[in-house]
Amino acid sequence: MASPSPVLAIENLSIGLPALADRPHAIRNLSLSIAPGETLCVVGESGSGKSMTALATIGLLPHGVEVLSGSIRLDGLDLLALDEPGWCDVRGRDVGTVFQEPMTSLNPVMRVADQIAETFRAHRLLSPSERNRRALELLDEVHLPNPELIARAYPHELSGGQRQRVMIAMALALEPKLLIADEPTTALDVTTQAQVLKLIDNLRRKTGTAVLFITHDFGVVAEIADRVAVLQNGLLVEQGPAEEVLTRPQHAYTKRLLAAVPSLTPPPRKPLENEPITLMVDALTKLYGGRGWFSKGRKVQAADAVSFDIRRGETLGLVGESGSGKSTVGRCVLRLVEPDGGKIEIGGLPFSSLPQRSLRPHRRRIQMVFQDPFASLNPRRTVGRIIAEGPITQGEDPAKALALAEELLEKVGLPANAAERYPHEFSGGQRQRIGIARALAMRPDVLVADEAVSALDVSVQAEILKLIRELQQELGLAILFITHDLRVAAQICDRVAVMQKGRIVEMAETAQLFADPKDAYTRQLLAAVPGTDRMT
Amino acid sequence: MLRLVISRLVSLVVTLIFVSLAIFLILEVLPGDPAAIMLGTAAREDTLAALRQELGLDRPALVRYVAWIVGILQGDLGTSITYKMPVSTLVAERMAVTLPLSLLAILISTALALPLGVAAAARRDGAVDRGVLVFSQLGVAVPNFWIGLLFILFFSTWLGWFPAGGFPGWDAGFWPALQALLLPAVALALPQAAVLTRVTRSATLEVIGADFVRTARAKGVDKSATLRRHVVPNALIPVTTILGLQLSFFFGGAILVENVFNLPGLGRLAYQALNQRDLVVIKDIVLIFSGIVIVVNFLVDIGYALLDPRLRSRA
Repeated sequence: MASPSPVLAIENLSIGLPALADRPHAIRNLSLSIAPGETLCVVGESGSGKSMTALATIGLLPHGVEVLSGSIRLDGLDLLALDEPGWCDVRGRDVGTVFQEPMTSLNPVMRVADQIAETFRAHRLLSPSERNRRALELLDEVHLPNPELIARAYPHELSGGQRQRVMIAMALALEPKLLIADEPTTALDVTTQAQVLKLIDNLRRKTGTAVLFITHDFGVVAEIADRVAVLQNGLLVEQGPAEEVLTRPQHAYTKRLLAAVPSLTPPPRKPLENEPITLMVDALTKLYGGRGWFSKGRKVQAADAVSFDIRRGETLGLVGESGSGKSTVGRCVLRLVEPDGGKIEIGGLPFSSLPQRSLRPHRRRIQMVFQDPFASLNPRRTVGRIIAEGPITQGEDPAKALALAEELLEKVGLPANAAERYPHEFSGGQRQRIGIARALAMRPDVLVADEAVSALDVSVQAEILKLIRELQQELGLAILFITHDLRVAAQICDRVAVMQKGRIVEMAETAQLFADPKDAYTRQLLAAVPGTDRMT
Repeated sequence: MLRLVISRLVSLVVTLIFVSLAIFLILEVLPGDPAAIMLGTAAREDTLAALRQELGLDRPALVRYVAWIVGILQGDLGTSITYKMPVSTLVAERMAVTLPLSLLAILISTALALPLGVAAAARRDGAVDRGVLVFSQLGVAVPNFWIGLLFILFFSTWLGWFPAGGFPGWDAGFWPALQALLLPAVALALPQAAVLTRVTRSATLEVIGADFVRTARAKGVDKSATLRRHVVPNALIPVTTILGLQLSFFFGGAILVENVFNLPGLGRLAYQALNQRDLVVIKDIVLIFSGIVIVVNFLVDIGYALLDPRLRSRA
């Protein structure tokens, strides 16, 4: 697009990584430009260099990462020639930034209004009372209910979506020429994400701010982008109008990324009617809180009479937003958390009524795959030991258990010699494979996967989903698949249960649920899935 | 906030009751008859019996415990066996040395550690940082009584700036009294300051890497204001934990330092009472030391809530 004069013009930018990094450049010969009022989405998987590009634009690259060559111009101003006071003038005034993590991006010990007012203070604008008045107005502009109350609140008293609105209020306080949004909705629920995306887009229209929007999610791209730039390992592989890149991608990498985005149209269903029921959950109930002297008033019904069953070889999806109780249900089914009431049967065994001692030998029948591939493996144990530990505690001979671990590693697509290595030597996707092998080592009947692919890049996500499907077919596993991602649910689940406030509001075969949702909340969730207009 | 204070006060009282009970019971089950120990092996049975009665040892344990506690609540700590005077008078005299000594040491330690730790973290691997590393290494490694001896050699014997030991009393005037306390306070403070500096440095480094610090910088806040308004208030939270743990060391450490500097403080009183098996004094002093630690912990908890709004609303 040949616009008259771009707000941001990046030319031949190269950013060098520290000597010990896995590659010499974070970014190589990158050229980008954004016109006034335009939204450019920079898309890429983790490690593509997209966040480094954003940090270079505000001069806040981490220690050891440096711009090697090229230029970044903001409205003609050569940013890379600025000294520290010069940068301080540009940041906040000319470039506003919204970061990914709403939970950690605000100062926990400073009131919300003070943090917004600080933007004016840093640029020596307005008097203290005017700053506070503007802070209130800004909170109103980002559609936060009850601005007076929120202004006096501390960040921990707000939800993730509310905090992200505060971040946006702060970033737009001085009506900057450029807004950088680095994965601003990645940590949010879909309905909140939809609202925040709309807010950013409306404010852009109103103020004419150019937006540099960084994301890994093609759904979000389809929702918000005017133009798209695709990064792979620090190289720009494709750039163009959103419509074109999404529908007629030129570069093989873009094609691969788009193909990996799970479709909302479910694949044909497998016949399961004649399979026996493996997991039966009846009226499961769990109440949190209510204990302690002062906290009697704060109770959360995390699971309220939840009932479902899963047949051999079937995958039941448990979808819902954060706080809906879906993880609690998963943990209760495993009896990692003791339910307050209800029945759990695994293959006819009354799992929920077993006393702790007789429960232990039966624990192997139901196993879990966790969300975080980085935190869920003990960093000081070899992968072989991690996988073999379960069978050994169940009385298996250690040598045999280790041999089995090697077999399982091959089964999940890792070399057998991976058994002697430590978790940090593997990538996120590989670690998730280890997590799956660890669960399978117990020869379970039921697998509970709690957001098992949520932390992974789309291409890796697609591979892990394929692996889970293959293993299920081979081993006849019943799977409880907990996810917030409806696209993933559409692809892997035979049936889906939608949870809201501890209750299952709707449960149906996947194709039916997506085509004809009965419950209002299900419809709301489906409508919030980003990019449904431009992508399937 | 009020709820927090009340709930902490309740636990403070409960803890004090349990501690007093524990002290009483431990002294109760210690082998040996206090009266026999005091009078020696050659004592006659009727003198022993008389002393037991004088000490109230012939009454049941529960009665003695209640009498002890009721006495304390009325300000009566009993009468010392060796000094033949009320323990409350003894303790009050000694407190006038130990309390200022400990407070002075706390003041010196924090006044040294906080700025040094923050400065070291602000310019990581810089000259200040390296200096701080050496200081904290040395401070942790060298015991405070030895520092005390070195100080006496250097500042008192050689330079003659400070008295080598002893305490003139507060009646002698503020300055001479302070002069007598300064060297011991520094000796007491240095090892703790070394630890606190390290903790401050690492807490500050951690906060500097936090997302909200990046947010502040992205708003255009300059480095020093970011440090002042965002980094330090957050870094103080973990530092307070360590400081709270250290406060009891300041009182405990006073025992050693008071002996080195020959100061008539609570620590020395405890040491002497132990040697002379003055059970009345020992019991009271142990309770006073524990009481100080418990009250200090209470104050630290409240300080926490003042620093961190998240704790205020959780309580």
